[in-house]
Amino acid sequence: MSDSPVAVEQAHGPELLHHFADPEQQRAAASLGMWLFLATEIMFFGGMFCAYLVYRRWYFAEFAASSRTLDIWLGTINTIVLICSSLTVALGVRAAQMGKRKLLVVLLILTLIFGLAFLGIKGKEWSDKFHEHHIPGPQFDAGEIQLNGHPVDARSAQIFFSLYFAMTGMHALHMIIGVFMFVILTWYAWKGRFNQRYYTPVENCGLYWHFVDIIWIYLFPLLYLIDRKK
Amino acid sequence: MSEHIIPTRTYYLIWISLMCLTVITAAVAFVDLGQFNTIVALSIATLKAVLVVLFFMHLKYTNEKMSKVAVISALFWLVLLLALSLTDYGWRGAGAV
Repeated sequence: MSDSPVAVEQAHGPELLHHFADPEQQRAAASLGMWLFLATEIMFFGGMFCAYLVYRRWYFAEFAASSRTLDIWLGTINTIVLICSSLTVALGVRAAQMGKRKLLVVLLILTLIFGLAFLGIKGKEWSDKFHEHHIPGPQFDAGEIQLNGHPVDARSAQIFFSLYFAMTGMHALHMIIGVFMFVILTWYAWKGRFNQRYYTPVENCGLYWHFVDIIWIYLFPLLYLIDRKK
Repeated sequence: MSEHIIPTRTYYLIWISLMCLTVITAAVAFVDLGQFNTIVALSIATLKAVLVVLFFMHLKYTNEKMSKVAVISALFWLVLLLALSLTDYGWRGAGAV
């Protein structure tokens, strides 16, 4: 280490923390940390997916009947909205890699718009469920939930809706956290905090956003699609 | 910089593929395929997830092997969780906890 610390800082910019040898090592460490965090997130959602699969196997008719009360069109539109947001994130990371500040800000704002649109549509779906008395609890009304004209067991149907609200609710919470992260990211990008040498926060927030997209990619068929025809 | 910059064309192609797969999976839901509805829907979902991970999340291009180790480990744990739980609870009959 012949360089003085001051010289190193000038060569690499102020982002390089003193306990890393060089920016590349710092970037690799942050990236590995993010991937490990996402691995724990897979296990977190995996528990709910597992519960859904077990209960669906046990209460097959009730799950099929309850699944059909969901709005498949709103679900499809939300999937498309989320895929578009993933595209703007991917293009945003690319803009950050190339040091295009204004393009990055525009793409981050587009991502925010798509993210908020998703949450708005999800809120519409939840409010519909509220008006139909499909929220598990004493007010639950299974009257409309029928399979081929036959009413189904209300207690088992409530298990479907408990899991529906738990899974889409945890997913929406992740979206809300993502929106806050992207607001901060947009502010930093606007202030010019990122450049070709340093864009790690954009990259890692992008990984988080894509992960949340992947969770929805699985929630969509499981909750809306696979029991549409039985 | 070790990170590879991917041409925008690749991102647009992946985006179009994801959109087409979404439309296909929604359309197939209206066709009665028996138990194949589930298989088709989850296969398409997995294909979409793989496209997102490889291209949008750059796993195909990264030269950090540890990211791949993290992903493969996570999938291994998930398979353990789902496979062992389902082979047990799946065959007990409804509510037999």
